[in-house]
Amino acid sequence: MMRIFRRYPRVVIGGTLLAILVGLSLLAPWIAPYDPIKLSVANRLKPPSEKFWFGTDAYGRDVLSRTLWGGQISLLIAVSVAFASTVIGTSIGLIAGYFRAMDAVVMRVMDGLMAIPGILLAVAMLSLSKASVQTVIIAITIPEIPRVVRLVRAVVLSLREQTFVSGAISSGSRLPRILFRHILPNALTPIIVQATYIAASAVLIEAYLGFLGVGTPPETPSWGNIIAEGRNFIMLAIWSVLFPGLFLGTMVLSINILGDGIRDMLDPRIAKRI
Amino acid sequence: MFGYIVRRILMTIPVMLVVAVVVFLLLHLSPGDPAAIIAGDNATDEDIQRIRVSLGFDRPLLTQFTLWIGALVQGDLGVSVFNKVSVWELIVQRMEPTLMLAATTMGFAVLIAVPVGVLAAWKAGSWIDHLIMGIAVLAFSAPVFLIGYGLVYQFARVWRILPVQGYTPMAQDFTGFWQHLVLPAITLGLVFAALLARMTRSTMMDVLNEDYIRTARAKGLAPSAVLIRHALKNAAVPIVTTIGLGIALLIGGVVVTESVFAIPGIGRLTIEAVTQRDYPVIQGVILIASFVYVLINLGIDLTYALLDPRIRY
Repeated sequence: MMRIFRRYPRVVIGGTLLAILVGLSLLAPWIAPYDPIKLSVANRLKPPSEKFWFGTDAYGRDVLSRTLWGGQISLLIAVSVAFASTVIGTSIGLIAGYFRAMDAVVMRVMDGLMAIPGILLAVAMLSLSKASVQTVIIAITIPEIPRVVRLVRAVVLSLREQTFVSGAISSGSRLPRILFRHILPNALTPIIVQATYIAASAVLIEAYLGFLGVGTPPETPSWGNIIAEGRNFIMLAIWSVLFPGLFLGTMVLSINILGDGIRDMLDPRIAKRI
Repeated sequence: MFGYIVRRILMTIPVMLVVAVVVFLLLHLSPGDPAAIIAGDNATDEDIQRIRVSLGFDRPLLTQFTLWIGALVQGDLGVSVFNKVSVWELIVQRMEPTLMLAATTMGFAVLIAVPVGVLAAWKAGSWIDHLIMGIAVLAFSAPVFLIGYGLVYQFARVWRILPVQGYTPMAQDFTGFWQHLVLPAITLGLVFAALLARMTRSTMMDVLNEDYIRTARAKGLAPSAVLIRHALKNAAVPIVTTIGLGIALLIGGVVVTESVFAIPGIGRLTIEAVTQRDYPVIQGVILIASFVYVLINLGIDLTYALLDPRIRY
């Protein structure tokens, strides 16, 4: 155990921190002391105490319980966005990198998508659809796709020149075999690292969208929504922004550290440089 | 040379065209009737029909797109559904705070990130490098509102030396302008500086591995001369290019920061437009923001083509 820690400290630190947060969020139904959405006029804006560890919000709801439940939504969004954007981005990237004819068109479309600031694009998409967790996932996923496409395309272009790929091509391997047997496994490391960074940024963007008032439906106890409601009472009750904000920051931090660690672990060549 | 400049300028056309198509299709591919969405939940059928006709939604899609693009090329972004003012005018009114915040943030971030990133690359693997990169991960993982409200709490509530929120135009009150701008710029600047420091470090590491750096060291040049005259000079192009690409992130950050500090800029305009379902304004903001991003990156590439004789395609 100590040896693993000494070799890959970031994987251990990031992974442990993330595991604790994931555990707390998943256990929310059992460990949360109160109902996250139950209003209680008598307990409005109570500061942190033994009864309410993180205090209460303007509707008398327990901030600790809401924060724990909010973690579930952030996790769901992080995993879905990372999965969807890598799968879609990898497919498009493989096509663009392998079929030269498609390359120019696909990459111009990706350049165009990348020119639109991601948060603005997400805000615009959400302003047109009914707020739900699914629409938030789609709105965060689409701006992330071009980054994956560019990465995968660059890897495919360099792999094409390698002898084992040109060998496979000239020995008459069929296309699916070349793509999935030879190219994809060798492109996997950077894709996995990219996926963790996307997961971290998805957690952050979900909170920003909620904060801006276009995220998940207001009654959902997501971190973005808790902070968005808490900001109106920031000078009276900083705890309703501080605690969910700290959870949010810690989750993003742990995923980013884990991503750096995985990058170092899977590809020692890059580790020396970055 | 001339050929490169022309090609680089022509390259922006398909990019902007894609942006325009995406912005146009957003409204038309979204589930539901766009006229009904803009009209809102309490609208009567008559209201919806009026909006449909006034925005041209009753015509075929291709006709709508041609008309819309034709107007765009002439600089006509349409008219706000809510205010009945031209979108262009609304954006110009809100431009100043956003530009000031973005420029100050950028300046602050570059001033911190470049020296710190260079230092980390120079001392790669040492405790200084680990400390700098550790702080960088911490800073770009931190939510903008957490840093923002933290600073507001300390400076405006506890120490009472800076205003809580708002914005004062520079022409109106120079001191007040800076007092209002310093916290938002630090907030966003810290996040952006962390990203830039990471990029600067990895770019510098690449350059420091080059043969000419070893030669410069071997011939006995002072470390500072190697670092600044040989390494940084050559790393400058990729560093500035990554800064240019980071502008899309900066614009996103500005939207959130404006909301934290109640700055009446483009970000707030966007959020107001979203609550009022003022779709022409949302479209206009996205188009202008993307256009600015494309233009800045064009400017960076062209400047380097002029300054650096190695850049030729």
